[in-house]
Amino acid sequence: MTSVLSPAHRRARWLILLALCASSAIAGFALTVGAYPVTTEAIFRSLARLVSGQEPGDMQERVLMTIRAPRVLAGLLIGAALAASGAAYQTLFRNPLVSPDVLGVSAGAGLGAVFGIFLSLPIFFIQLFAFAGGLATVAVVALIATSIRGRDPVLVLVLGGVVVGALAGAAISLIKILADPYDQLPAITFWLLGSLSSIRQNDALAILPAVALGLVPLILLRWRIDVLSTGDEEARALGLPAGALRALVIACATLMTASVVALAGVIGWVGLVIPHIARMLVGPAFSRLLPMSLALGGGYLVLVDTLARSLARIETPIGILTAIVGAPFFIWLLWRGRNDAA
Amino acid sequence: MITTRRKLLATAALSALPFPARAARDFVDSAGRRIQIPDRIQKVFGAGGPAAIAIYSLRPDVLAGWPRPPYPEERPYIAPVARDLPEVGLITGRGDTLNLENLLRAAPDLIIDFGSVRDTYVSLAERVQERSRISYALIDGRFESTPKALRMLGDLLDARARAEELAAYAENLFTRVDKLLATKPESQRPRVYLARGPNGLETGLKGSINTEIIERAGGQNVAVSNDGRRGIANISPEQLLLWDPNIVITWDRIFFANLAQKKDPLWQNIRAVREGRVYLAPTAPFGWIDRPPSLNRLIGLAWLAHVLHGADFPLDIADEARRFYRLFYQVDMSEAQLSNLLAWADGRPPALVRPR
Repeated sequence: MTSVLSPAHRRARWLILLALCASSAIAGFALTVGAYPVTTEAIFRSLARLVSGQEPGDMQERVLMTIRAPRVLAGLLIGAALAASGAAYQTLFRNPLVSPDVLGVSAGAGLGAVFGIFLSLPIFFIQLFAFAGGLATVAVVALIATSIRGRDPVLVLVLGGVVVGALAGAAISLIKILADPYDQLPAITFWLLGSLSSIRQNDALAILPAVALGLVPLILLRWRIDVLSTGDEEARALGLPAGALRALVIACATLMTASVVALAGVIGWVGLVIPHIARMLVGPAFSRLLPMSLALGGGYLVLVDTLARSLARIETPIGILTAIVGAPFFIWLLWRGRNDAA
Repeated sequence: MITTRRKLLATAALSALPFPARAARDFVDSAGRRIQIPDRIQKVFGAGGPAAIAIYSLRPDVLAGWPRPPYPEERPYIAPVARDLPEVGLITGRGDTLNLENLLRAAPDLIIDFGSVRDTYVSLAERVQERSRISYALIDGRFESTPKALRMLGDLLDARARAEELAAYAENLFTRVDKLLATKPESQRPRVYLARGPNGLETGLKGSINTEIIERAGGQNVAVSNDGRRGIANISPEQLLLWDPNIVITWDRIFFANLAQKKDPLWQNIRAVREGRVYLAPTAPFGWIDRPPSLNRLIGLAWLAHVLHGADFPLDIADEARRFYRLFYQVDMSEAQLSNLLAWADGRPPALVRPR
């Protein structure tokens, strides 16, 4: 068995390495692009200062170290986290059409943030509300799923997510109507479209523990998640506690998504499209899908974010661009799938 | 017998018509629409925030209500007759919150929209008027046409003498500012950034109704888009560094308080912040520089021209504010109220209590 899988595995390893290189190249390129003119020398100077632990010297270095580099790093982290959650969900639900927000995490985080904006809270609390809202929504969905027995647990989860997500969407609309149209409504609109523009120095570091906490179990359990994707019966036959494992995967993916959405707002499509591309490249096995999604997701989001901040002088919200790029791609995938089936 | 009954029926039918049978006169609004104005006006509906303020300034006694109830810190600066008016929702603007049936039940004599006269709003006015049978007037609310708009509103609301008084104030203020502007070539005008939202990275782009006060007061709005966008936008911190404004204005108290803590390195790199030229505009009872864009901006114009040009635009802000609040809002501020307001304009606002 192993010897049969080996060539595919080796090929996947190379592809993942290649994707990592591509993402790093994109990140490096993104450092050179921006409104404020920064020379390549300044980038290397900043790097040297960073290594030797010095404070940035001139304005160029300060732009790099306090604005651009944090944003690129956050983009890598956010893209990787969204893609990894998407890959986990798609494997878990055995459905390539689900995205990280299928259980309502984005809608819940959106509701939390919008409520924070409505209360005129400082940014930190808006982010905290978003994080808590995302977690709480998925918790409610999980509670519904566990209390309804005698049905396909996966189906109940997904339907519960749709229902609770729609409810959160309705609550967002309600707050929009109550919000001050001059102060709060624009802020709410921008938040729901997602943006990395307000990311500062330590923001990426702040969510790193939460993302790591979600990601590490997924990496450690990647083989078991593979087994789970073949179905509950098969998993149980192999002695795996399917329900507990599923709960853990959901908790991990939710933690990751909620923390990145709290930081950057709602960014759709990444968690849906990237796992698809990854699957095309390395196949559906989660042990290969996860690292490939991580590698591609980071680069992809940095690329789109670079577009968002350089298309025009005034930024385009990134959620708009991920949809514009993602939707046609998805249609192409559907079209391609039809051909495969035929 | 039969004829009498028939007569009675006819009279009943006539009086039951919702449209006032004795439409007194015609009025041509800013969109060039000819509408009929009833003889006596007792209740007028503002389609949005700007209209409510315009109606309140001319005839607080006929205003039907506010788009949202005034916040506690705003209430003392609103005349008692209008302070407790109900919340009536919006007709225009983002998100209609007004039910047409509620509008009909409130039965105003007139609906007024005050702001940009665009095709969308014209068609909206036509539609609401057709369905409700209530005359709907559109008044051009651009800052520059304030005196004209005041006179039109005076005509519309039967308050011509008062409108003349307010228009004279506006004209006088505009003339004072024009004199200042004549001495300031474009190159000498400070570069201004309007910071909105809790992180200050939301702004009104040049050309939007939200920022026209900057140019009017003799500043240059740094937020110029290169893709024809106007209105409110999110901008990137790098772009802000590149613009490096001389002056930052805001009414967001959270943002202003954050800035005062000097924690955010981005803002510490902006010239205006380094030189201590960040100004907070009061928002009671309505915003001084925007929020919403209506007659309330007149006091903000005087304040902002003084903020931007200092001694070149001499201003006794206490005197000006007292005069403006008395004239437009019919509020005689107590010493305490005035000093609270002036402290606010000086960067010491009241604590933020939201919402409701």
